[in-house]
Amino acid sequence: MIKVSNLTKKYGSNLAVDNISFEIEKGKIYGFLGPNGAGKSTTMNIITGCLAQSEGTVMIDGHDVFDEPTAAKKLIGYLPEIPPLYTDMSPKEYLTFVAEAKGIKSSEIGPEVERVMERTAITGVSSRLIRNLSKGYRQRVGIAMALLGDPEIIILDEPTVGLDPRQIIEIRELIKTLGEDHTVILSSHILSEIQEVCEQVIIISHGRVVANDTIENICLMGNQHPVLHIIAKCTPDAALAIVDEYEEVTHYAITECPDGTELELTLMPGSDITDQLFFAFAGAGIAIRYLSNRVSLEEIYLKLTETTFDGGEEDEPVITADESSDIETEEEYTPMFTGAEEKEDEDDSDL
Amino acid sequence: MTAIYKRELRSYFGGMIAYIVIALMLAFVGFVSAIFNFFGGIPFFEYVFAEGYVVMAMIIAISLLTMRSFADEKKERTDQLLYSLPLDMKSIVMGKYLAMLTVYLIPMLIMCLYPLVLSLFGNINFLQTYSSILAQVLLGACLISIGMFLSSLTETQVIAAVMTIGTFLAVYFMPTIAATFFPETAKASFICFIFLIGVVALIVYALTKNLYAAFGTALVLEVVNLVIYLVNKDIYAGAFPDMLDKISLFNRFGEFVNGSFDLTAIIYYLSVIGVFVFLTIQSLEKKRYS
Repeated sequence: MIKVSNLTKKYGSNLAVDNISFEIEKGKIYGFLGPNGAGKSTTMNIITGCLAQSEGTVMIDGHDVFDEPTAAKKLIGYLPEIPPLYTDMSPKEYLTFVAEAKGIKSSEIGPEVERVMERTAITGVSSRLIRNLSKGYRQRVGIAMALLGDPEIIILDEPTVGLDPRQIIEIRELIKTLGEDHTVILSSHILSEIQEVCEQVIIISHGRVVANDTIENICLMGNQHPVLHIIAKCTPDAALAIVDEYEEVTHYAITECPDGTELELTLMPGSDITDQLFFAFAGAGIAIRYLSNRVSLEEIYLKLTETTFDGGEEDEPVITADESSDIETEEEYTPMFTGAEEKEDEDDSDL
Repeated sequence: MTAIYKRELRSYFGGMIAYIVIALMLAFVGFVSAIFNFFGGIPFFEYVFAEGYVVMAMIIAISLLTMRSFADEKKERTDQLLYSLPLDMKSIVMGKYLAMLTVYLIPMLIMCLYPLVLSLFGNINFLQTYSSILAQVLLGACLISIGMFLSSLTETQVIAAVMTIGTFLAVYFMPTIAATFFPETAKASFICFIFLIGVVALIVYALTKNLYAAFGTALVLEVVNLVIYLVNKDIYAGAFPDMLDKISLFNRFGEFVNGSFDLTAIIYYLSVIGVFVFLTIQSLEKKRYS
């Protein structure tokens, strides 16, 4: 559906997107992930024809965005990071204008505008000026705009930023239903959102694609070295005494926390001692407050984009056996994630 | 294009701008016409357009009209919508240009009634009057294209307006300044052309970011300049003020008021419109590359 080959974008001497290639298949929901300034918005802007690339090509269903912009743009509905709304219009007027500009037949414009307004639940505010609408409603008007004309590809750049929790859930549901008959690309900083909504994830770091796979496969990458998180109500020494019994533990990090002791264990490939450990702690009369062997997208993301935080190793980070030694440093960057999430409404690019 | 055109018109009439522009033009033309034609008893409505007050009102009105055309799109980030819609840049620019032209045409059409009213009181040369109104429309169309281009260069309406008013005033006073300050000698013209070529080279550099192109253009033009000066000094006598006089948009208009239908002026106006519409398209295309 979308084929991006050797795409490069330079701003002066600054390399925003560095020779990336990927393909997007029809009828799937793709998550586009990456730290601030990784090149997500730039890539999306190039795909939608808002920005010209320095090198490389983008083909939309066989149409080159650069050579046949009109044909390519007809297939895409795009919501940029900041919804491009004319605030002196009402949602209905605005959507009618966009429908006309998209070349929808004049007899179909009315019903089409009604359809997208119903789908995004903005019918109630359709005649108020956009200027007077709250951020959540504006965001929805933007999404409605992207849906106009029922384009095959829908690209949403951080669509849930600034919405209240209920609206976020509604928009997620909307995106899920859109994914049934559209190709959707969704960029977000909220990893749980990507994990919940998307089937396939593309992670970009430093202007490069560092992962492009299904969520299951990406999480499996981490499972080569299973990690166990435990919070137990005891002293670190007591916990260590139990953990030491197991040969499968190749590495561990122990910290004291308000609930007792927090352990992060790296296991030998293919081993699982979750249950054994649970009973071992229980047998020693220690209450376990938290126990998890699930590798979340969060951790994979942090590993893959790690170099960005450190300020730049050039090699693509790949999870290998050597990296188990990095586990101890994980405490250093875990808090950075929370920081990153809080900063999610900050622009990663002002294009 | 029609979608953009309709949206722009709705936006102009939804806010104050269109009404201010129409009122400004009508008020000043009506005021001066009352003094000239009615109290003064002069049966030439076209003289009104050549009057300084009316020119100033027009300069301000058109600056107000064009200032937000593209500057505002960038500020509100709605340019991203225009770029991502299946429209080519030409139809976006033309849609906006025609919408501004429409707003400007409204007071001009109303003014077409004035000669008819005047004809009740005396003899009017309708041909001369209406050809002057046509020239005035074309002059306004030129100014709108220039204002639109300047608006596409900046992100702030106010800066766009200031740049536009400054440019229009410079164009308006250019022939006067040239006639007053530049001696009519060949040497003076030669020196002025040297500087003018420097400015051209700077513009070439700004557009292409290519030093060789800029230097090349400058070198070729300076050599031509020098050769003409050495071979035939007589052409250069008074050439620079003459040139400024010829390219002045406002002076060309004077020909119509004086009763001659100047076809070259009409072609000149249409070319200026074409050039600035083209430059606006280029300026927006360039944004996608930066």
